[in-house]
Amino acid sequence: MGNILEMLQNGFARNFITEDRYLFIVNGFFTTIQITFFAVLLGICVGFLIAMIRATHDMTGKLKIPNYICKLYLTLIRGTPTVVQLLMLNFIVFASMNNKIMVAILAFGINSGAYVAEIVRSGIMSIDKGQMEAGRSLGFHYIQSMFYIVLPQAFKNVLPALGNEMIVLLKETAISGYIAIQDLTKGGDIIRSRTYDAYFPLLTVAAIYLMIVMIMTYFVNRLERRLRNSDH
Amino acid sequence: MTTESLIRVEHLGKKFGEMKALSDINTEIKKGEVVVVIGPSGSGKSTFLRCLNLLEVPTEGKIFFENVDITDKKADINRHRQKMGMVFQHFNLFPHMTILKNMIIAPMKLQKKSEKEATDIAMELLKRVGLEDRANAYPSQLSGGQKQRIAIVRALCMQPDVMLFDEPTSALDPEMVGEVLEVMKGLAKENMTMVVVTHEMGFAKEVATRVMFMADGKQVEEGTPKEIFESPKSQRLKTFLAKVLF
Repeated sequence: MGNILEMLQNGFARNFITEDRYLFIVNGFFTTIQITFFAVLLGICVGFLIAMIRATHDMTGKLKIPNYICKLYLTLIRGTPTVVQLLMLNFIVFASMNNKIMVAILAFGINSGAYVAEIVRSGIMSIDKGQMEAGRSLGFHYIQSMFYIVLPQAFKNVLPALGNEMIVLLKETAISGYIAIQDLTKGGDIIRSRTYDAYFPLLTVAAIYLMIVMIMTYFVNRLERRLRNSDH
Repeated sequence: MTTESLIRVEHLGKKFGEMKALSDINTEIKKGEVVVVIGPSGSGKSTFLRCLNLLEVPTEGKIFFENVDITDKKADINRHRQKMGMVFQHFNLFPHMTILKNMIIAPMKLQKKSEKEATDIAMELLKRVGLEDRANAYPSQLSGGQKQRIAIVRALCMQPDVMLFDEPTSALDPEMVGEVLEVMKGLAKENMTMVVVTHEMGFAKEVATRVMFMADGKQVEEGTPKEIFESPKSQRLKTFLAKVLF
């Protein structure tokens, strides 16, 4: 018994205390959060914009060329691995950029935008077209009807799917190490490579991801409950 | 009653692809008139009504509203729609807003009224239809008849010059039809200009100043309720009336 406790103590000290190795985890955590946060924001902006263009095209037949460009974007993004997109953005598009975190935010944001776009579009298409017509008949123009009437309802309907997409994005950032970013995963891996101990760093990293996901889920659920107050 | 022309329709036509939904409709709606449009299903009544505020874009002809050609591409249709209230068969209340919010959002955003001003108008109207105690309820908590009454007063909040009704009682339980028709009759009494597409022949007889009979996308006959119901001229109208009146 005392042996095991001692082993754990030694392991903890070797993996986290020696040479301030815990800093790999702490700094990695903040890097991961930073990338995820801004990529989610970017993804939602890109996603909503594309969803509106696509839905407008589907409903009115207008915006043919923008719709074509959006479809091309969706096909390319959804048709290639995220890692490849990240590498391409890093080594081809922004080869001269030193801010790797910015590259990662752009890569994950642009990637997530494609998925958000289709989620939001399905939400918009699920709203009865009488809602848009009622808005238009009151004198709102198309964009106003979209913002005041259609999108709030669509957003409520797709919130669970959007929450899911955010969780996926958070975990996807674990590949940031490919372009030499020391995110949470990479931080844990560096410790492992120095101590030759896989258990401590990897289990810690996994537990932290799990915690973040649980916190995110909690907030999405709360938002869902709040928005649901009009359904009785 | 004044004789000022509010809506003038000239050679209106509408095609959906190859299908001709409306052809050569000509009519004039004067201030204070209650025009009831009747006809069999698929006759183009609703399409005609929806063309009046351009929810359907006509493929032929012109529509003048307050002497402005609203079919002109340069016309600001959103502005004109503020003056044309519309009530739909399926109510189309905004489910994510309270009743009050449903009513004040357009006046606040489009007419730049203050929240208080818009609320005062809305509460006044709610009182008139006996639903002032439901101001903070959500649409899903109301019955069909209540929803339609709210839809009517929501349109009235914009203080429109004309009200368009697209089969306002067709989706209602029979026992709720009356309360909605009562509100509409009240409006007619106050000289609101109305265009009503309906299957309620009783309403047409009692309230209409003019009845328009449509079939197969054409305007077959037009006249006072007396003329239409008591001495129909065309065979098409006679057959229709034989089926709907017992």
